[in-house]
Amino acid sequence: MQADLIPLLTKAVGETLYMVALSTVAALIIGLPLGILLVVAEKGHIFEVPWLNKVLGTVINIARSFPFIILIVVLLPLSRFIVGTSLGATAAVIPLAIGSAPFVARLIENCLKEVDRGKIEAALAMGATPGEIVRKVLVPETLSSLVRGITLAIITITGFTATAGAIGAGGLGSLAIRYGYMRYRDDIMIATVLILILLVQGIQLLGNLMAKNIDRKRYKLG
Amino acid sequence: MIRITNLNKSYVTPTSKILALKNINLEIKKGDIYGIVGFSGAGKSTLIHCLNRLEEPDSGTIHIGGKEITGLGKSDLRQARKKIGMIFQHFNLFDSMTVFKNIAFALEVAKYPKAEIKERVEEIIELVGLSDKANAYPAQLSGGQKQRVGIARSLANNPEVLLSDEATSSLDPKTTYAILDLLQEINRKFNLTIVLITHEMDVLKYICRHVAVIEEGEIIETGTIDELFSDPRSDTTKLFVSKKSPTPIKEKLYLEVSRDAG
Repeated sequence: MQADLIPLLTKAVGETLYMVALSTVAALIIGLPLGILLVVAEKGHIFEVPWLNKVLGTVINIARSFPFIILIVVLLPLSRFIVGTSLGATAAVIPLAIGSAPFVARLIENCLKEVDRGKIEAALAMGATPGEIVRKVLVPETLSSLVRGITLAIITITGFTATAGAIGAGGLGSLAIRYGYMRYRDDIMIATVLILILLVQGIQLLGNLMAKNIDRKRYKLG
Repeated sequence: MIRITNLNKSYVTPTSKILALKNINLEIKKGDIYGIVGFSGAGKSTLIHCLNRLEEPDSGTIHIGGKEITGLGKSDLRQARKKIGMIFQHFNLFDSMTVFKNIAFALEVAKYPKAEIKERVEEIIELVGLSDKANAYPAQLSGGQKQRVGIARSLANNPEVLLSDEATSSLDPKTTYAILDLLQEINRKFNLTIVLITHEMDVLKYICRHVAVIEEGEIIETGTIDELFSDPRSDTTKLFVSKKSPTPIKEKLYLEVSRDAG
């Protein structure tokens, strides 16, 4: 163990958390409406536009076909255009968000599809608009699944940030490659992996706890 | 009150076209409790879903309270639906909301002012006898209680019509009669027209005044409940009438004792 271990780790953890937080928010901003649209635009649903549904589905599938590391390379010019550089944590947020948004959209779609047709029918029979049904029925009814899905997304994005680290994004992944792998610093390698394990465990634990809390309130027998 | 004229509805499947409703004509008077009875697949569910256009008919017209439901655009249809209550076999309550919120949903959708929502929900919750369950979630209720919430929700916005889609079919006999009593009480109190579909003869006999028998998408017989039982004309009706004996007295006594249960 060498003296630079702690400052290196602290900086890397900060960068990783920053990238994960920002990309998650951005991925949700893009993915949530897409996921909702995927569901409601489907034939027979509350906002039927079958062609839109098909186009969206295809675009999302194409985006999801890219290996993430290739997607980063493809999107480097976009990062340079928006952030001004293609290096560093902020620049990495662009490909991270765009890369994970389609995944988030599919997650949201799967969750919202769980809602029983009868509940939607009941809301329609009461004269609810598609917007009201999304806000007051689809999302609240699937809230615990949504929380679990978003937890999964955050963990996937955490993994992506490590990959992004390989090509200059900073963070724990970058530290592991630059020091742990290239400079044979086993202490750094072990420390980054340990921190990542803790991070993922922590996120999962928190997500499970939140989801359970939502379910407990609704389904406890009175 | 409700007038259905030459209503047709078909479903297109990859292999064929199924005529679910064939030239339905029906008139239902204000304040009536009108039963539509038929075997599974006869088209009764399709028919009741056409009344608030949860299913779109192919042709024909439906008038409810002077409004031509079949001629309404999306936004007007939503407005009209706010005055057509509906209850379901599987209740279809929102699990994420308490009993209070479930009922308030109907009022929020109808753009009631916030202050009035609370008042109205409390009033209607008392009518269905669930005042002590206002803060419970659907998962904590029995089937009968869930249907009471369903009824409360459908009545909250003072509808002109109540559509009942097999509302008692997943309830036990005792609870069934308690729910039917509640529907009867509401019908009397508010002169509310109730259209109910069922395959249970006992339900029909207990609550309905007029009946239509539907078979393979066609109305084959209509009349008062007495006419139907004393002089069934079609074979299906005969089968229906003979299939089940009238409600046993024993069960009715049982009901008196347990009226507030469920």
